Amino acid sequence: MKKTVFLGALTVAGLAAGAAAAATLDDVKARGKLNCGVTTGLVGFAAPDSNGEWNGFDVSVCRAVAAAVLGDATAVEFVPTTGKTRFTALASGEIDMLARNTTWTFSRDVDLKFTFVGVNYYDGQGFLAPKNLGVSSAKDLDGATVCIQTGTTTELNLADFFRANKIEYQPVPIETNAEAQQQYLAGACDVFTTDASGLAATRATFENPGDHVLMPEIISKEPLGPLVRHGDEEWSDIVRWTLNALISAEELGITSANIAEMSAGTNNPEINRILGTEGTLGEMLGLDAEWAKRAIAAGGNYGEIFAKNIGEATPIGLARGLNAQWTDGGLLYSPPFR
Amino acid sequence: MTTFTDPPSESFRLSMLLNDTRYRSYTFQFIALLILIVMMAYLGMNLVRNLAAAGLNISYEFLDQPAGYDINQSLIDYNSQSTHMTAAVVGIINTLLVAFLACLTATLIGVVAGVLRLSKNWLVSKLMAAYVEAFRNVPVLIWIIIIFTVVTAVLPGARAYLGEDPEYDLFLGMMAFTNRGVYIPALIWGPGSGVVAAVFVASIFGVFAYRRYARNLLFETGRLLPMGWPSLAILIVPSLLVFFVMGQPITMDMPDPLANRFNLRGGLQIGAPLIALWLALSIYTGAFIAENVRAGIQAISKGQTEAAASLGLRPNRIMNLVVLPQALRVIIPPLISQYLNITKNSSLAIAVGYADVTATLGGITLNQTGRAIECVLLLMLFYLVISLSISSIMNVYNKSVSLKER
Ligand SMILES: N[C@@H](CCC(=O)N[C@@H](CS)C(=O)NCC(=O)O)C(=O)O
Repeated sequence: MKKTVFLGALTVAGLAAGAAAAATLDDVKARGKLNCGVTTGLVGFAAPDSNGEWNGFDVSVCRAVAAAVLGDATAVEFVPTTGKTRFTALASGEIDMLARNTTWTFSRDVDLKFTFVGVNYYDGQGFLAPKNLGVSSAKDLDGATVCIQTGTTTELNLADFFRANKIEYQPVPIETNAEAQQQYLAGACDVFTTDASGLAATRATFENPGDHVLMPEIISKEPLGPLVRHGDEEWSDIVRWTLNALISAEELGITSANIAEMSAGTNNPEINRILGTEGTLGEMLGLDAEWAKRAIAAGGNYGEIFAKNIGEATPIGLARGLNAQWTDGGLLYSPPFR
Repeated sequence: MTTFTDPPSESFRLSMLLNDTRYRSYTFQFIALLILIVMMAYLGMNLVRNLAAAGLNISYEFLDQPAGYDINQSLIDYNSQSTHMTAAVVGIINTLLVAFLACLTATLIGVVAGVLRLSKNWLVSKLMAAYVEAFRNVPVLIWIIIIFTVVTAVLPGARAYLGEDPEYDLFLGMMAFTNRGVYIPALIWGPGSGVVAAVFVASIFGVFAYRRYARNLLFETGRLLPMGWPSLAILIVPSLLVFFVMGQPITMDMPDPLANRFNLRGGLQIGAPLIALWLALSIYTGAFIAENVRAGIQAISKGQTEAAASLGLRPNRIMNLVVLPQALRVIIPPLISQYLNITKNSSLAIAVGYADVTATLGGITLNQTGRAIECVLLLMLFYLVISLSISSIMNVYNKSVSLKER
């Protein structure tokens, strides 16, 4: 084990060598593939389907970036990461970007030196418990055993919540969501806690989802979004504005159905700028004029991606809530394309 | 007649570094050393440069910051406001605990299995052979996971023991076996219990003193005193007397099924992760130790046994007085490395969520602070210190039993 740890440290050091400050855009282009860090499997957000093809809400962000940069939404190498390995993977350059239910926090931004390019899901931490346990509030959980994924904000929020409410708990630390699910169903813990969206997604895969209830409390703010390394502004701009393009597209009514028609030119100058028929936004990013058009065409606009992967028509059944456009009373608000 | 003359002492030439066997090995060793140094220096510089480029530095200040997370098994005072340093210490203690327990049981299992494998009983020896082969040849991680899964799947949930009318009653009124762990009564050390403990420790010394006395008596006069029951009596009777004289200062805290709706409260909880890890490490390493023991015993030539038998010694005395003392010399060196293996393999704790030092310092702390290099260096240091201590202690022991040449 000693040797492995040592070799591990060397590998980290060695990998860091490759990553240093190099222009990520050039690397991605030269490689012809985008290395995108995702979860190890959370249905609706990022999980391989029966054909081994990755699908989901976070995966769509990766695909949109690949479409914008490489012109091919399938030119993505998905790298499954756990809560613990994700930041090392990004810092060492093993992945170009991370889209993995990751909360934007001060220390991850400032201390770990990552750039969060935006928020693609406004979330909060919740609790899932079996119905027959008969608890109706997280405050009734005194003495409970709680399953948590390690290396997450979840772990810290949980400690704070229980301390603030002067109640006790036993943590069961777990590496991946799949393991957490198994342990929870086996009764090794009484409740499972993570981001509410993750709970909904996990519950949707249970045999009897109806036997489990979400507690009413949401104990934290979890703005989840894609992130890249500090220090490569060209690259962070590309990822940031790809995400903004998806959000703006919904606001402006660009959909995968009408995008071909719209890119012939419309009388809305912002749509034209996004789709590349007016102005030189693509060039400013170091890409071609049709970058955003391809990104939107890859999986549709933000609303389409949401509806297809986690929306109310899916088994996960999440309402838009905070994630509605600002024009519909939500928090989604893309800066203007000009 | 030939005369021998010393070969002319030739002066040193550079080509001799390669051609002369006296110097060649030094040359190669020197080159290898140089390459190693250059490689290390390259990696080190690379690290420093890249850390600087990423705007990161090496700093251990995070150790004083509150950890912010909770740990499910701690033998010292710990809560989420304790520092990362304390969390690391909790992990270190947990590592040492499971390593210590596993070393004990692995030795026990190994010695029994090793001796039994040489048994003349066909079934017993084949059973032991099967055990050794099955456990040695499957990675320990798999065993840890198998045992953990069995514990969580087979044992009832904690709630089966709870409430006024539980599904399961406490075993003997004091123990519960749940899929979260085993609950046993905890000892409460009231005032005066120190005296009882002191008497008990003194009794242990007493047993040794008695045994030495009996032995000397045997060697000097040939009189054989009974060993078994007096030892036991010396061990227990005085402590028991003092216990009652002091007014029963040590009491038991029983697991309480009524105190909480989720879990048993009170008593001593031995968590399922600890059990899985402990068992897996013990039986896995026990299989290796069994082989060492067998090898040690077989290394003692048959002649010794036969000679002892012809002197009229009984089989178990032959084992204790003739074979084992010699076999120990063969067994102990590999045993040291098995103990080291247990300690290092205990870092697989992470697979079952046991809070060892790799899980606290090398896992959660590393992850929450992002101080990967600092944490990994500390971990390496810890395992190095522990491994070196174990091997030096065992080496001292090895010296004490090794052959004293006169
Ligand atoms: N948002 C939190 C938690 C993220 C997290 O680990 N989420 C879980 C459940 S929502 C997950 O994505 N698990 C997938 C996996 O195990 O790979 C953070 O960034 O620390």
